[in-house]
Amino acid sequence: MPQMTDERVRAGMNREEDLSLLNEVSMKTAGVSHLEMCIQCGTCGGSCPVAMDMEHTPRMLFAMLRAGMRDEVLRSNTPWLCVSCYHCVVRCPQEVHIADVMYTLKGMAIHAKLYTNATAPHFSQTFVDMVEAYGRSYEMGLATRHYLRHFPLRLPGMMPMGFGMITKGRMAVMPKRIKQMDQLTAILDRAKQLELNS
Amino acid sequence: MNKYLLYPGCSMESSGRAYGDSIKAIVEPLDLDFEEINDWNCCGATEYLGINLIPAYSLIARNLALAAKQMNPVNGTGGTHTVVAPCSACYLNLAKADYYMQERPSLGAKVNEALNAGGLEYKAGTLDVRHLIDILVYDVGLEKIRSKVVHPLNGLKVVPYMGCMLPRPDYQHRWTDHEHPTELDDLLRALGADVIDYPLTTECCGGHMTQIGPETAFELIRRLISDADERGAHLMATVCPMCQMNIDAYQHETNQFFGTDYHMPVLFFTQLMGIAFGKHPDEVGIGLELVSARNALANIGIEVPVTQEPAAPRKKDEGLPMPRRWTKHEGKEAVR
Repeated sequence: MPQMTDERVRAGMNREEDLSLLNEVSMKTAGVSHLEMCIQCGTCGGSCPVAMDMEHTPRMLFAMLRAGMRDEVLRSNTPWLCVSCYHCVVRCPQEVHIADVMYTLKGMAIHAKLYTNATAPHFSQTFVDMVEAYGRSYEMGLATRHYLRHFPLRLPGMMPMGFGMITKGRMAVMPKRIKQMDQLTAILDRAKQLELNS
Repeated sequence: MNKYLLYPGCSMESSGRAYGDSIKAIVEPLDLDFEEINDWNCCGATEYLGINLIPAYSLIARNLALAAKQMNPVNGTGGTHTVVAPCSACYLNLAKADYYMQERPSLGAKVNEALNAGGLEYKAGTLDVRHLIDILVYDVGLEKIRSKVVHPLNGLKVVPYMGCMLPRPDYQHRWTDHEHPTELDDLLRALGADVIDYPLTTECCGGHMTQIGPETAFELIRRLISDADERGAHLMATVCPMCQMNIDAYQHETNQFFGTDYHMPVLFFTQLMGIAFGKHPDEVGIGLELVSARNALANIGIEVPVTQEPAAPRKKDEGLPMPRRWTKHEGKEAVR
């Protein structure tokens, strides 16, 4: 065995590794995440169609999780750019549920209010508000609320598209509501309690 | 007659109405019996999962519970245990909930506790969740589809665009390949179309990035349409309402962003099936697309009635001399 002469290596050897963040994320992820199995090969970042816009590739983010860098991870734009295309997931040699880990990190960032750009969290929340109100998605309400809030300057350029969608009957002006809305609300309320207790 | 429970998904009645209409048109010639799940709700798309885990899976599982109840031979209509979802995002969410509730029994238990609050329950693994194209290729079969073709699509150059959420992550190993599946190619060939090899077939259309990070989305859309254009495609065929929406409705904005003038119509594969089966273009929702497929379909002698005159494309040198914008990833040469 080679002699440990490097101070940094020795410091690393003596430090007790704190994997609590890694374990927390893994436990909060749906299915069996395999997150602790990551071997830092970088296949995920190399497969990602939007890696060019990410502050950290998924590989880097997982190393940061292992290093316990909670705030840096939750402030990263990486989970918010993930388009859930699952390219990394099918190529990962360790079968890490990468896309699901990204969902977990989004939820944790919202909870800790650590996201740096509110566009994506607001979009998700607005979408969910519509679903919780009607049981169905409501594109007109979603688009109006979201674009007025975050992309008012895009609206003039989008007029032909919006006009086309409405005149062709591809965007309903009024929302559709499911019949048993009470049942869905009861289910979601109970689910939220369970989420808080878990 | 093969019976299936149908989970249409929200977009089938709105942005993806052409998909819903064309599915209705091909069900009868193919002897399919689609029974809609009563009072189904939204699957949460890719949004709910990023906010709360258990509510997101409970939202999805309510649909599975309703479907399982409906197929029960004792107090339901019976006859099947297969749920068919035509939307790739819905398909993935339903399949994923079913799979993860088994892989992580603690998740399954919590979801069921939530479902109980609404008087429902779902035993994971009871149902088979499948996508429409899976049913058409593997249950109905290409032979039968070929036998129904009365107007072959000979001469129509189509790129098959599968999108990402259908062949991946593929919990049940249903597809020929995760990155280059051939199901859509085979089906379009059975209709007589000239299928163009399209290496980007399972690349992402941008998903919800058109709403939250448009510059990222425009780049993903540009890759898809520019490659299809360079390969000489008349149109793209898709299996997913989100892909259709992004490429069709945001093509204008993408063109503006890059200073390009692509005109790449994108239709649902079921619309092409309807045309090949001799249905009237109106019946299969042709004309609902924003990037008109009129000229593309003229190549095979299909006349699409003009419902409204498409706006004449603006000439390049007209208008104010605005600077052209490039993304940080693109050189000027890469954009035509």
